[in-house]
Amino acid sequence: MSTYRILRHRDIPNIASLDVYRAEGGFEAFHKAVAGMQPSDVLNEVKASGLRGRGGAGFPAGLKWSFIPNNLWPHYVVANADESEPGTFKDREIMESNPFQFLEGLMLASYAVQAHDAYIYLRGEFWQIAKSLDGKIAELEAAGLLGDKIYGTEYSLRLHTHLGAGAYICGEETALLESIEGNRGQPRLRPPFPAVYGLFGKPTVINNVETLANVPGIIANGTAWFREQGTEKSPGVKVFSLSGCVNKPGNYELPLGTTFRELIFNYGGGLPEGRSIKAIMPAGASSSLITADDRALDTPMDYESVAALGSALGSASVIVLDDSVNVAWMVSKTVEFFKHESCGKCTPCREGTYWMSHIADRIVKGDSRKEDIDLLNYVARQMQGKCLCALGEFSTMAVVTGIEQFREDFEKLQRS
Amino acid sequence: MNQLLQKYPQEIQTILAKYPADRKRSAVMPLLHLAQQEPGYITKQALQEIGEILEMPITDIDSIVGFYTLYHEQPGGRYHVQVCTDLPCALRGADEFLKQLCENIGIKVGETTPDGMVTIEEVKCLAGCHHAPMFQVQGDGDISYHEDQTVESAVELIAKLRDRKEAA
Amino acid sequence: MAKKLVTLRIDEHTLQVPEGMLVVDAARKVNVDIPVFCYHPKMDPVGMCRMCLVDVGRPVIDRATGEVVKEADGSPKIAFGPKLDTACTTPVSEGMVVITNSDKVRAARKEVVEFILTSHPLDCPVCDKGGECPLQNLTMAYGPGTSRFIFDEKMHLAKHVPLGELVWLDRERCIQCGRCVRFQHEVVDDPVIDFFHRGRSLEIITDSEPGFDSVFSGNTTDICPVGALTTADFRFGARPWEMVSAASLCSHCPVGCNITYNVRREAKTGGNMVIKRAMPRQNEGVNEIWMCDKGRLGYHFTESKQRLSEPLVRKGGELVPAGWDEALDLVAQKLREAGSSLTVLAGGRLSNEDLFNLRRLADAAGGQAVLDTHMGGGDLAALAVERGAALIVVNPNETRLDKFATHTLRYNPGELLLTFGGFLESAAGKVFAEAENALVFYGSNGLGLQQSTYLAYAAAELLVKTGHYGKANNGLIPVWPKANSQGAWDMGFRPASNLGDQLRQSKAVYIAASDPAGDDPALAAALDEAKFVIVQDLFLSETAKHADVVLPAAAYTEREGSFTSGDRRVQRYYPAATPRGLARPDFIITAQLAGRLGVELPAAAALVLDQIAAQVPAYAGLSYQKLAEVHEQWPIIGRSDVYYGGTGYENKHGLGVQLPCAAERGEKIDLPAAANPVLPSVPAGSLLVIPVARLYDQGATLRPTALLDGRIARAELALNPETAEKFGLQAGGEALIAAGGWRVQVAVRVDSHLPVGLGLVPRSTGVPVFGPTAVTIEPVQVEIKA
Ligand SMILES: Cc1cc2nc3c(=O)[nH]c(=O)nc-3n(C[C@H](O)[C@H](O)[C@H](O)COP(=O)(O)O)c2cc1C
Ligand code: SF4
Ligand code: FES
Repeated sequence: MSTYRILRHRDIPNIASLDVYRAEGGFEAFHKAVAGMQPSDVLNEVKASGLRGRGGAGFPAGLKWSFIPNNLWPHYVVANADESEPGTFKDREIMESNPFQFLEGLMLASYAVQAHDAYIYLRGEFWQIAKSLDGKIAELEAAGLLGDKIYGTEYSLRLHTHLGAGAYICGEETALLESIEGNRGQPRLRPPFPAVYGLFGKPTVINNVETLANVPGIIANGTAWFREQGTEKSPGVKVFSLSGCVNKPGNYELPLGTTFRELIFNYGGGLPEGRSIKAIMPAGASSSLITADDRALDTPMDYESVAALGSALGSASVIVLDDSVNVAWMVSKTVEFFKHESCGKCTPCREGTYWMSHIADRIVKGDSRKEDIDLLNYVARQMQGKCLCALGEFSTMAVVTGIEQFREDFEKLQRS
Repeated sequence: MNQLLQKYPQEIQTILAKYPADRKRSAVMPLLHLAQQEPGYITKQALQEIGEILEMPITDIDSIVGFYTLYHEQPGGRYHVQVCTDLPCALRGADEFLKQLCENIGIKVGETTPDGMVTIEEVKCLAGCHHAPMFQVQGDGDISYHEDQTVESAVELIAKLRDRKEAA
Repeated sequence: MAKKLVTLRIDEHTLQVPEGMLVVDAARKVNVDIPVFCYHPKMDPVGMCRMCLVDVGRPVIDRATGEVVKEADGSPKIAFGPKLDTACTTPVSEGMVVITNSDKVRAARKEVVEFILTSHPLDCPVCDKGGECPLQNLTMAYGPGTSRFIFDEKMHLAKHVPLGELVWLDRERCIQCGRCVRFQHEVVDDPVIDFFHRGRSLEIITDSEPGFDSVFSGNTTDICPVGALTTADFRFGARPWEMVSAASLCSHCPVGCNITYNVRREAKTGGNMVIKRAMPRQNEGVNEIWMCDKGRLGYHFTESKQRLSEPLVRKGGELVPAGWDEALDLVAQKLREAGSSLTVLAGGRLSNEDLFNLRRLADAAGGQAVLDTHMGGGDLAALAVERGAALIVVNPNETRLDKFATHTLRYNPGELLLTFGGFLESAAGKVFAEAENALVFYGSNGLGLQQSTYLAYAAAELLVKTGHYGKANNGLIPVWPKANSQGAWDMGFRPASNLGDQLRQSKAVYIAASDPAGDDPALAAALDEAKFVIVQDLFLSETAKHADVVLPAAAYTEREGSFTSGDRRVQRYYPAATPRGLARPDFIITAQLAGRLGVELPAAAALVLDQIAAQVPAYAGLSYQKLAEVHEQWPIIGRSDVYYGGTGYENKHGLGVQLPCAAERGEKIDLPAAANPVLPSVPAGSLLVIPVARLYDQGATLRPTALLDGRIARAELALNPETAEKFGLQAGGEALIAAGGWRVQVAVRVDSHLPVGLGLVPRSTGVPVFGPTAVTIEPVQVEIKA
């Protein structure tokens, strides 16, 4: 038995091999579902578990599946393995080291909505992971767990990998669908939402890799087991990607509701000698900055509590900034990232990220004018509420909160 | 004659089989990856051949090449050493690492070694933040990650890459 | 089924519009301008530019009761979203409240304009769009007075990028609205331009050969809301405010696109009105707001230096200038002498008025009115098209239409009617028979006059068998070669079964707007046998060189007139340019000749049409006033330039009149029995070739547009690789093809899409192939230079 629920490879050697995974109870949930449960039972079980999406928005997975209409066919399930938010590296570990649990989750989701084809959209850099998953899928087909008439039932399912080619925006679910359809990865207008008009124009469920990796446990062990960990509204465990100025960066599987302090100091080994914590970015480059005071450090990392701090848990990619980090520099880095990744479809994001990066660069280089800090802030606010998708919005978060909380860092860099 | 079809008949079949028959253009990204394997960039001929296979106008395909950063529009080095200098890596010294690496190899970011073997590029987050400094190597139809790097280990690796003469 | 109406409020207006209409369109109905850049009413909304942000509120519904929650005063409680919404993507709904004039909305517009301007150059003074530019206008209306963007940081990009030889791109000016790309994808379904890169680096590219290879490319320059796309033709040609507009029609094909000529007086032509550009004029029943490049660019014949500007009379073997009176007197005398052995040969480029007068003249002299065309069957023409139809394409070779077809049928030339025979049993035939409405468009691709006549009969028979005739949206539509071939047919001109013989036997031949000698050397020889030849034309054509008298005609751009389109809509055009020299309108020349023969014909276009209305039953009731009537069209284009961007001129000059079909008028048409046309026998060693039409042909009114030189059809033989090999021909090589007395050198094009054992020769390129013809072929040895 593993003390882990997601990162089980950490104490079960070779769980990436099908035999070991099965020996550890793997695919029992899938068998139980396909051979003995109605699709709606599977759906309701996940709904009851309260599992929330691990890809960023924290939307309840079961609820999302229940939006799939039963008068439009076929249905598709897409696993979002784009993992491109700076500071996020958890899906990669799951797919590399505990791939079958993720695949089983994907297969259960597919069964729940009666999809016969499911796609795994991997960021293009995950070339080797895609190859390895292709191999695992072939093994599953050979073992009769995928293909036609699974377990002798009428249910058939095929999984397909699809590699992106370097575009953060393809993590956004509608851009991701465009990308699978062979188009430029630009977000679609919503509505219609993917649940009705998704892949190839058909009803589609899109879930993050980690979200899906939670599903086998829920089906095998039940809702009560799942809810043993985490909080009432944010049940279960979460894989926190910890990076930046800490001694032991890495993935940590902890119950939702664990405090920042525990993650950073108990698990992450604290900060290097002589450094103190200045700020936290809980959701990668898209984060609203959190000044790391005691109140913040003692905040439980669940969706509600982090939101109450004026930030968001997002995909729980916690980037730690220490006292040597100038926040203006950090802002120039995030803005540069979003400028690079803006798809260019909508004006505010295309022009705004470009403009902000000019100003942030000037500030960091010590070339700025007096009014530049306000201008930067203004441009960010001017973008807010106007963009076509969340990327543009994300790009403004660090800017606005950074200036609000650490204006002196910006001023320091200005020539007097 | 469609050289792509000739060279990779099996692979192309496998790729096309992934998507519904009336949604052939979905195969454009995997086919571009395939077409790039050998030349290391997307040739005009590749555009044409993919266009034939998928019944797409080449401008349409080119537009996709332009959108995604892993497709190269121009020939570069046989290997692209792509160093992440995004925020989490930068917090762990990636900028300095890249600078020193370039100095050691003797080329600037975006340039290719005189033997045409290695291009050094700066890229955004590769999901390897906990193992910074890190980079990936794209070339010979593969992408491999190299994490927890030092300038020395990177220089050594690049030297090895430059020594690889025959195709992998 | 009519859509449900919903009631909503937009600012102070309450209105009812069909459910699903977009807020931006609904606002137009009450004259509220919501500014847009990316939205275009002819394309799917994309919500990219964010210029159209408005505040949208919806009634709050009580979840328990399903009732609308009321405010204290009894009005419905309205909930507004936290963000503004794009009016171009938001459909109206019952009880919606849209606010477009609040501070919040105004601020958003100002901010979006500021974003757009951050990377837009400040080159309005030299920009072709200046003066009719939506960005300029919306900046004035909503934009910030100054920019906070540092000018030095603006992107500098290529400003003179030829996307092809017809359309140029200024990368700096592009605001990435995507209209051009979407037009090519959605409207034309020919995605030969697209975006490249992403974010601020987005740029428009093309990889097509030749560049921007689309028949409709010019439209992108109209809908581009900035000066990023311009035609090579108009670039730096004139400022919009210097020009006035003249409503006109395109004269290059029988679709009858409504257009506007922009003209201005120019010193270099002595103060004459000169055409600077052609643009589409909205007619939702014809071309909507589009036109093809041939029409857009093909007006240069008007200004050509080669135009005839005075009458010529042959004296001592030479054509020498003469006065009008001298020329007309001579012609009148010859017409009188010829009597019943007069042949009047007219082309389908002439107006109804020209043709009517010409016909009357022929009648007065007792002669015969002949139409110069390669297509027959024009009696059977009927009504218009609707959208969303199944398309069945029947053609011997692949054409661009196939891409849009639901069914494609191929036949061997000559076996055409056999195809028709089994047609109703085929899958396509079933679709056809069961369709609520069915139209047959037929042309003469690959056929001669006789075959196309049979084709028309066979198609008519098919329509009759399946009951698709005698009612709107059903029937037969000929795809005529010329803009007014239909009008010519209606005015009583008929093709001759053997034009050569007819010419040879005529005492006088009067040829207007037609060039038989240029088309066919055999006809040139026949003309030389005719006693007296009068040619009335724009140019000294090959035929005119054989004439005894040459009369200079005014171009249609220089006078009034009307054309009848292929689907039988009569439309009028207005004078745009100043007539060349002493040239006169054809109908006036004819009237003056008729006067000399003692017959009075009207010499004003409007009066000629009145007579047509009185004498041609199908045209009963028509008048110039009627043709000039307009009613409001949707979408609203060209008014205060909101959607379309200043370059669309409002159509105030007429939508034309659709003629009823023969059956509606109670006329009966006897259908002669169709028979398979006789094919020439193809001896061993010969090849069957057929003539095909090309868009950019070598027509006299197209050749003067130098810009199209690269795309003009050349004399060539296109064949399948297998066939090419059999005859020892190589792609890119040359060959000599010959039949019955002629021998022509042509380029060889090899195309694997063509059927085996058949050659294609473009019409109008000097190869005298007018129907299926057996030719002998010899490869030409190309010398390889050392
Ligand atoms: C710009 C942008 C990037 C995103 N990137 C990712 C990503 O890399 N991985 C991911 O799972 N979700 C990403 N998302 C969130 C997805 O759109 C989507 O909400 C998620 O895949 C849903 O899965 P979940 O409900 O299981 O979390 C991104 C969203 C945006 C707006
Ligand atoms: S060229 Fe014009 S129409 Fe095309 S995207 Fe740019 S601004 Fe829009
Ligand atoms: S977003 Fe509505 S017009 Fe562009």
